[in-house]
Amino acid sequence: MGRTSGQGSLSPDAHAQHNTGIQPAETANQENGASAMSLDNQKDGASNRSQDDTEDDKQDGKIQVGDGPKERDSQKDQLETGIERPQDKQEARMDEAGPETQNVDIEEGTETQDSGLEERPPLPPRPSLLQNAEQPFATHSTSKRPGLASKPTTALSSVDIQTLSFPDGSRGTFSTPAHRTVSDSLSVSGLSTGQSTPHRKVSQNGSEFDDNTSLRSYAPTLRANGDLASLLDEGLNSQSPAWKLLSTQSESVNPFESVDYENISLINFGQEFDQIEAVGAQEGNEEEVLSQWKAKLKHYLILSSAGKPIYSRHGDQNLINGYIGIIQTIISFYEEAKDPLLGFTAGGTRFVISTDGPLYFVAISRLGESDSQLRTQLEALYMQILSTLTLPTLTQLFKNRPNTDLSRPLEGTETLLSSLADTFTKGSASALLSALECLKIRKSQRHLINNTLLKTRTDKLLYGLIVAGGRLVSVVRPKRHSLHPSDLQLIFNMLFEAGSVKAGGGENWIPVCLPGFNNKGYLYMYVSFINAHDDVNTSGERPSTASRGREDEIAILLISADKESFFELKQMRDDVVEQLEQNGSMSLIKAAVRQGRPKASEIVPGTILRHFLYKSRSNVQFMMPSFSPHFETLIAKRRLMSLYHNLHASTHAKHSHVKVLHCVSRDSVSLAWTTPLFEFYCVAGPNASRAALAQGANQVIQWVKREEERVFIIGGAVF
Amino acid sequence: MAEATAPKPSSSVKLVLLGEAAVGKSSLVLRFVNNDFQENKEPTIGAAFLTQKCNLPTRTIKFEIWDTAGQERFASLAPMYYRNAQSALVVYDLTKPTSLVKAKHWVAELQRQASPGIVIALVGNKLDLTNESASSSNNLGDDSEGDATEGEADDGDARKVSTAEAKSYAEEEGLLFFETSAKNGTNVSEVFTAIANAIPETSLKGARGPGATQAASRTEDQSRVNLTGPRDSAAKDTCAC
Repeated sequence: MGRTSGQGSLSPDAHAQHNTGIQPAETANQENGASAMSLDNQKDGASNRSQDDTEDDKQDGKIQVGDGPKERDSQKDQLETGIERPQDKQEARMDEAGPETQNVDIEEGTETQDSGLEERPPLPPRPSLLQNAEQPFATHSTSKRPGLASKPTTALSSVDIQTLSFPDGSRGTFSTPAHRTVSDSLSVSGLSTGQSTPHRKVSQNGSEFDDNTSLRSYAPTLRANGDLASLLDEGLNSQSPAWKLLSTQSESVNPFESVDYENISLINFGQEFDQIEAVGAQEGNEEEVLSQWKAKLKHYLILSSAGKPIYSRHGDQNLINGYIGIIQTIISFYEEAKDPLLGFTAGGTRFVISTDGPLYFVAISRLGESDSQLRTQLEALYMQILSTLTLPTLTQLFKNRPNTDLSRPLEGTETLLSSLADTFTKGSASALLSALECLKIRKSQRHLINNTLLKTRTDKLLYGLIVAGGRLVSVVRPKRHSLHPSDLQLIFNMLFEAGSVKAGGGENWIPVCLPGFNNKGYLYMYVSFINAHDDVNTSGERPSTASRGREDEIAILLISADKESFFELKQMRDDVVEQLEQNGSMSLIKAAVRQGRPKASEIVPGTILRHFLYKSRSNVQFMMPSFSPHFETLIAKRRLMSLYHNLHASTHAKHSHVKVLHCVSRDSVSLAWTTPLFEFYCVAGPNASRAALAQGANQVIQWVKREEERVFIIGGAVF
Repeated sequence: MAEATAPKPSSSVKLVLLGEAAVGKSSLVLRFVNNDFQENKEPTIGAAFLTQKCNLPTRTIKFEIWDTAGQERFASLAPMYYRNAQSALVVYDLTKPTSLVKAKHWVAELQRQASPGIVIALVGNKLDLTNESASSSNNLGDDSEGDATEGEADDGDARKVSTAEAKSYAEEEGLLFFETSAKNGTNVSEVFTAIANAIPETSLKGARGPGATQAASRTEDQSRVNLTGPRDSAAKDTCAC
């Protein structure tokens, strides 16, 4: 008894706030102390201190109840003792709102208060569970457990309890709003701190969820029928007043507003793209250079199987040669054993290796991407090399001389590789989703532009594209050829990221191999830029080369297989521009470009979603709102992208059948939703309720459906 | 004004820039066309096509400039650009002797393969690197050539190719010769003006006299005629589709 009061004094606020007017039995009092405290935690965002306190309480509780009935170890005993009142309660709740999980979770505040108000019998100990659960919720369970008499034991033994199966055959992974109080452990599912494959992530989550699920029980969800969307929508109307109050106060919190906490890994991200000094530029700077090099969060190395360095994102040859030697030795060792090395982890750093013929590609990342995502990035670098050299040339070079130094034939393309690499490091939705983004214009307008291109087309034309700030406006192509997204990624990278072409000014004639189209030969690409802010200068005269935002560049790309067709395509370009000017399309495009992407709040007014990605699977295109106002900085953007990468990794992991993933972390709540038609990822502030998130998601998806022919190019123009 | 000078004949001159990578070809063009300069300009990919007018006392020359990429792998495309060119700018970096060697190769190739009357200018670029202290204390532009020759003697001078060496080679081969700085604009417009002046009146009149106003389309016709002709053998690089 003395202990109980001692415990009470540990959390006086909690008692004062929530336990007023309660005259419970001593044990009940203790119980309420703990639960009230957890409520408190929810409010102040789970400071470590109060968590510790709560844990102390539990310890106390355990000892204390342990003094009670000695033979109460088995769960059966516990259940028997606690069974009567809570069962009544469970029924009452079912009458009110139905037994959805959300209700259980969300109501817990009231629930525990209720349980305090009524006198309840002292509860017996549950030593095993209390040890498992390092959460303040441990004590809640006792009030719910009885209604679910047979479940807890199963839940404990089941590893993947967080993946729920639904009658329609789909499965979903859920965490609950109450999780927020312990979000430090949830950083794994939110912004990953370490390197882990999606599989491991899930199982890591699993063990955490086990603790909670066994205690809190998701059982009611298991009987849910109806589709997932409606499942997520439930609970909207059944929140307790207390919870509603909490939510209204905090719903306006934006994602990543508290930057200090999980963000240690990105602390140097601002310097990620700074150039490293050359070794020996000044005497004795080696150590400093090395530490700069090691501070980079992401490295890409390309080397030949003979161990010749070809490309490194950071550091010059002198700096990386040693490392190239080491990595070549490691890779070759496994190659000889006919057991190619795919990747390994060292500390928090993931190494992923990909071998393409005579070339080794190594990605070294501390940003938490999955293996397959890193592999996709390496593949893109390989495509860039092929795009420069073509496959036959590459093969020939190494066939003749296995010791070839490829950095010479690739001379001048380092900027292309680097801008590609930096695109990945900054995080690119296009690269993540392997999809294209289109400029949103009316269907009839796009039709007009398509027709203009078709009308002015010359015989030499293979592909004709109009691209505005990396977003596709229009494309015409032969019936039998389609355009491969990875090829367009290379082209867009060259035109809009690397700046080599734009900086040169004028019109450009670029031999390029599009590996997705044909990796054996070159195509020739006519490129001319039109500045969206420059309404006068369209006569083919070169616009000013002063630095301009890449977002407002309009490029006309005309691709031909004939390397002598420059002047023909130039003529076509002049015709296209003239006609677009005449029929008003050019000013429409410019206006759309200047307007930029709509903000999420403009797409769905009042939405709690701060950002989202919507990929239309059939069109291989995606759309997203503007990064402003919440994700404008480099770091905020990277964190957003890391979040998307994690969601993507979890929903795309091999053998994972996750269709809906709701992810809660300390500073954001996110949702991934995949169907055969689309992939959808969105993020909201940390206090957004799951129901509101689901509602927001539904609204966006309805909006996209409505606007489908504007945000996506459907079909495209063929000839 | 334009009406008044209407009788002044205008003609197009096709010009190609050749030279090793990173000697400053694009920067020279950028200075000439836009009077602009970019530090650490990224390498050209393929080739860029630009136009700029050059006013001479008696006529107007419209340069159609092919700014080619200097990397080795683009060398096979060069004939496409220097074919039919009436003038060429062969650029080297006067802080890098190997670039002069490469420039000599280009000159030889042009003399062998390009149209017989081609006007070639040899240009040593990056004059600003040769004597930075001197050029910052002196006025830029007016007597920088003098500076350059003085600068050769300087200790902290990055110059590796002497003016005399390059100049004697240029005289031997009958080339125009300049040392320029695209960075601070030294001698850049002079190069183009000199080329414009060196283009023989006859070649202009003969080739383009009657259709001066439609020069652009005529160039196009010309190149198209040639495309289908002898170059087919060289088209083996084109896509296999």
